[in-house]
Amino acid sequence: MSESRQEWPLWEVFVRSKSGLDHKHCGSLHAPDAKMAIQMARDVYTRRQEGTSVWVVRSEHIVASDPGDKDMYFDPAEDKVYRHPTFYALPKAVDHM
Amino acid sequence: MYTQAMDTARSDDARKPVRSAEDLRMEERFEARIAEGEFIEPRDWMPDHYRKTLVRQISQHAHSEVVGMLPEGNWITRAPTLKRKAILLAKVQDEGGHGLYLYCAAETLGTSRDEMLEALHSGRAKYSSIFNYPTLTWADVGTIGWLVDGAAIMNQVPICRCSYGPYARAMIRICREESFHQRQGFESLLTMMKEGTDAQRAMVQDAVNRWWWPSIMMFGPPDDQSPNTAQSMRWGIKRISNDELRQKFVDAAVEQAKVLGVTPPDRDLKWNAERGHYDFGTIDWTEFWNVIAGHGPCNRERLAARVKAWDDGAWVRDAAMAHARKQSSQHQEAA
Repeated sequence: MSESRQEWPLWEVFVRSKSGLDHKHCGSLHAPDAKMAIQMARDVYTRRQEGTSVWVVRSEHIVASDPGDKDMYFDPAEDKVYRHPTFYALPKAVDHM
Repeated sequence: MYTQAMDTARSDDARKPVRSAEDLRMEERFEARIAEGEFIEPRDWMPDHYRKTLVRQISQHAHSEVVGMLPEGNWITRAPTLKRKAILLAKVQDEGGHGLYLYCAAETLGTSRDEMLEALHSGRAKYSSIFNYPTLTWADVGTIGWLVDGAAIMNQVPICRCSYGPYARAMIRICREESFHQRQGFESLLTMMKEGTDAQRAMVQDAVNRWWWPSIMMFGPPDDQSPNTAQSMRWGIKRISNDELRQKFVDAAVEQAKVLGVTPPDRDLKWNAERGHYDFGTIDWTEFWNVIAGHGPCNRERLAARVKAWDDGAWVRDAAMAHARKQSSQHQEAA
């Protein structure tokens, strides 16, 4: 197999839409190295001023929770309503607290 | 742009019977999730046929975006003004970007970019039939924007609600960028019709005559000849049927043609007050199937241009990889 049959590695792209906001995942692309990944992310994902900053990370370096564990992982928070401010009924005079 | 309802696989891969009780249970849960309006994400369990259908549809869609750069790219060097050239460049660049979003969405299903490109280059994979027609005059560029992108948008908006998350997200991004494509085309034609010469107006009418029917065919075969539609609807891959979208497109385009001052090449076009829609003439499906089968005016030229671009670019891809490897080994030595 010739070298040209080897795909460029996959990168995930995160864009900060404006300063003060967090970077948000917006897609992925193939690039040979980090520098080109950043440049291509600029060209592909910010052609209409969608961003002021770009992060790229090799897709293989992302560790994700298992979708099969979703219930086990996230449901325990479901019955802990006391973690939300709305759980506490207060007199009107102080309810903006 | 440019999906086509390419439900053209003619049930070559009809659903296989479910094998085990476990599969059956998983499939029931999967169908329930879709019925609830949940999105399916890459690492979720999904039936093989759902995966295959999506890989086929998303990769065909991606190929269409990329091949779609060719007919219009033909006019970049000959655009009449700097303004039109800048607009056309931006549009063609968008199409390349759209291809990329879609290839990435398909890759989340376990296929690779190389596999998809190989399928395109070998002629196994399909792309939208519309790009196998030639762009003969400058008015073709405006007409593609108005009619072809218009049809594509109508096809694509419902896919923003596709049950497969990565595809839906790619479509949202694409649709957001796309409306400029249709508007710039219409505005370009309008300028020629309102401020142009008689020859320019005739050129616009001629372009509309050639692109009208192929655009209407972009919605794919009639519902009663679309073997996979029912399944795709049930799985939330498709939301609105080919014929329903086609009617919506005709209704909109006829009104737009009036504003433009052009006449669609269809003598049977007539408002039907009872239906609340325009009636239109019979579509020549033989032409459609011929183009899909590789016998359109430009099939060979388009594919040859893609293959040449890929082959000629091989040394660039290799050089970039070699450079990256060298940099990273130097980096390691220094550390």
